[in-house]
Amino acid sequence: MIFATLIKQLLHKPATNPFPVKYMPKSVTGLLGKVARGEARINPPVPVPTDLRGKLTYDRDKCIGCQLCIKVCPANVIMFKPDEKKIRIHVARCTFCHQCVDICPTGALGLSNEFLLADTDRFSPNLIVE
Amino acid sequence: MDSDKINLELGCTTCTTQTTYSVPIGPVHPALKEPIQFTFRLSGERIVGVDIKPGYAHRGIEYMGMKRNLIQVLYLAERICGICSISHPLALTQAVENAAGIEVPPRAQYIRTIIGELERIHSHLLWAGVAAHELGFDTLLHLVWKVREKVMDLLEQLTGNRVDYAIPIYGGVRRDIPDEKAGLAYEALSYYKNLLQDMINAFLHDKSVAMRTSNVGVLTYDDAVALCAVGPTARASGVKKDVRQDMPYLAYADMDIRAITPEDYGKPVVGDVFDNIVVRLLEVDQSIKIIEYCLEHMPGGELTSIPKVAALLAVLKKADGEGIGRHEAPRGEVFHYIRLEAGVEAPVAWKVKAPTYSNLMSWVPKFMGDEIADIPIIAASIDPCMCCLDRATLVDQGGGEAVKLKEELVKLSREKTRRMCG
Repeated sequence: MIFATLIKQLLHKPATNPFPVKYMPKSVTGLLGKVARGEARINPPVPVPTDLRGKLTYDRDKCIGCQLCIKVCPANVIMFKPDEKKIRIHVARCTFCHQCVDICPTGALGLSNEFLLADTDRFSPNLIVE
Repeated sequence: MDSDKINLELGCTTCTTQTTYSVPIGPVHPALKEPIQFTFRLSGERIVGVDIKPGYAHRGIEYMGMKRNLIQVLYLAERICGICSISHPLALTQAVENAAGIEVPPRAQYIRTIIGELERIHSHLLWAGVAAHELGFDTLLHLVWKVREKVMDLLEQLTGNRVDYAIPIYGGVRRDIPDEKAGLAYEALSYYKNLLQDMINAFLHDKSVAMRTSNVGVLTYDDAVALCAVGPTARASGVKKDVRQDMPYLAYADMDIRAITPEDYGKPVVGDVFDNIVVRLLEVDQSIKIIEYCLEHMPGGELTSIPKVAALLAVLKKADGEGIGRHEAPRGEVFHYIRLEAGVEAPVAWKVKAPTYSNLMSWVPKFMGDEIADIPIIAASIDPCMCCLDRATLVDQGGGEAVKLKEELVKLSREKTRRMCG
């Protein structure tokens, strides 16, 4: 009976999404250049759920510098900048529990659908929200 | 229990010529998913003795927790184990709510139950895949893990995270299950209902699975009771033991939950690996029924009794007392003890007892008399989790023997009580 299932499987479209491209390119920057010139195409990622807990968003103007987010963050992701009374979020350490979003009294912190956060430098601009 | 059977003495003292030899497996070994050391005493192909040495995955989580406030501790508890990433927070929230006297609204209890049972489905399917892999039946592994993806997707839809769901908070839950998401849940449940019979056929009516698992790794009823086994390991031996049945909590009190044993499948209880597969697959069916009940009978009302997180922190800081929380995790009973003191944000004491700790010794009778080739499947049969298990480590600064036997531990414990009472 498992054999019948397996035969049926052969006729199915593979579930794996070849994201961003089917094979590892020789040069990533070369591929990105090709994409920019319209010579290559990137497969879109699998759609994410509506309220995925992705990269944090930060509305700097709404922030009052109360530091409650720093108090509840389990991973010490958030750094306080005393001169400006604002915060800096190091997303590389974030555990995506979004407890800071829940506690923020002014709604300055929010969640986004962005999940492409792989980077070789943990201080890259993509991984710092401020 | 036969005392000779659980013989930890590895040296053969009575015989003059050596008839047995020892084989160490671990701490890191391809047959094991996590670090633990086995030293097997073998006579030919047969296992005649086994020594188990855990302690290679200790991270000092309770100590870290005692330096953080309780909200941070919740997310630390979630990371004790990746598979049981709702079981530990459920036990911890119950312990803290017990200590601080916080009520949980009925709707929140139902949502917690649903997520807990979804986790049981994914954990049991993951285990079934691992078991198939250990038997060398990788086709089945991939088939089961393909089926498991559906529940992972559902958890991601309901909670926003694929693992480490961050759903419970002291006094309630952080996310609701609105009607459109409940629809997704019903869809996933009907997918599983249709597939479960296929899974049961693939595992239980398969000749090669039966040959490799029948009468292998037997844990008798008496041994399971004497060694305090918990969860599916105990239930596979016919022990009707389930926290959801014995001490109902959350929404389980509203349902008639019965511990599942191989008898429910209409077969006599043997306590072997086959019975472990039977119990876990039937529990997937039980979980589907529990989730359906919860979705249908979900009461309305608040999600949490203290909606403002800042107010919750203030309540927790004022709390004084101690509490316990128990939850039937996929692997068995998980137990959390917490002690809070007024004016201190961090817990003064936090103790975690994970199911594998209780199931560890059941390995000894399970291994006895079986062959070397059966070691991986028997080791996997209790669904061990070393990172849950390793909750204490003993360091002797003098360089002496860092193993304490029961008598010494009792003596140390009594001395500590005397010291603390002055």
